[in-house]
Amino acid sequence: MTPLSHYLILGAILFAIGIFGVLTRRNAIGILISIEIMLGAVNLNLVAFSRFVETSSLNGQVFAVFVMTVAAGEAAVGLALILALYRSVRAVFADRFNILKW
Amino acid sequence: MNWAELFSTAVAFKLIALVAVVFAIMAVTLKNIFHCALALAAMFFALSGVFIFLDADFLAVVQILIYVGAIVILMIFAIVLTERITSESIKQTNQLLIPSFALCAALLVGFIYIIRGTVWSSQVPPIQAGTVNVIGRQLLSTHLEAFEVASVLLLAALIGAVFLGKEITKK
Repeated sequence: MTPLSHYLILGAILFAIGIFGVLTRRNAIGILISIEIMLGAVNLNLVAFSRFVETSSLNGQVFAVFVMTVAAGEAAVGLALILALYRSVRAVFADRFNILKW
Repeated sequence: MNWAELFSTAVAFKLIALVAVVFAIMAVTLKNIFHCALALAAMFFALSGVFIFLDADFLAVVQILIYVGAIVILMIFAIVLTERITSESIKQTNQLLIPSFALCAALLVGFIYIIRGTVWSSQVPPIQAGTVNVIGRQLLSTHLEAFEVASVLLLAALIGAVFLGKEITKK
């Protein structure tokens, strides 16, 4: 059995990659993609702890199910927001979304 | 478990982890945003393979269904509904490339230092047979309130997405 720390390190690597994408992407859809990577890394951590700490109630996997639910809702609303912004600004780049400034 | 089986399991885990990391890097660094969405789908396939290593068969299937089947498709819809997706001349990164790379590298080193420094319990509890059964019971007994709140949240997200995505006609 692969030890727990390997799964945690894989989760940490994926989370760091996601943060890098959120910080550097100009495209708003690219930022959403990076957020999904980070949520996947968190899910991996939850499932790993659920496997290695306590398997009788599977609380970690139930948590991961809820994380996936919220991720689906977040992606739907986020992409609808991007489309609505695209109609008014004609761009999907985050540095062009400055219409709240005066 | 004999030596050959142990070795092959470890190698297979490292291979799948490597595939996941490579596709994640592709998803955040490629210039064409369409390719990024496809790399994201491949990364979630690899991640569901890791879930199978963790004996979470239900979550592995749900991961493919929700992420690859719904979220990535939604993102591809959003990409093709906006313009100029494949032009190589558009700059895809902002000016924070080097500082954010340094920040993420420092964060990763800190994470790995903490994970390596912690003493994890070496004994592994026995495998739960039939995770679908247990997850279903948990969802409808212990986590019933959260389950209902999640359904209301999904309804709100549905209505909000329809409202935001609708073309608003000016009078």
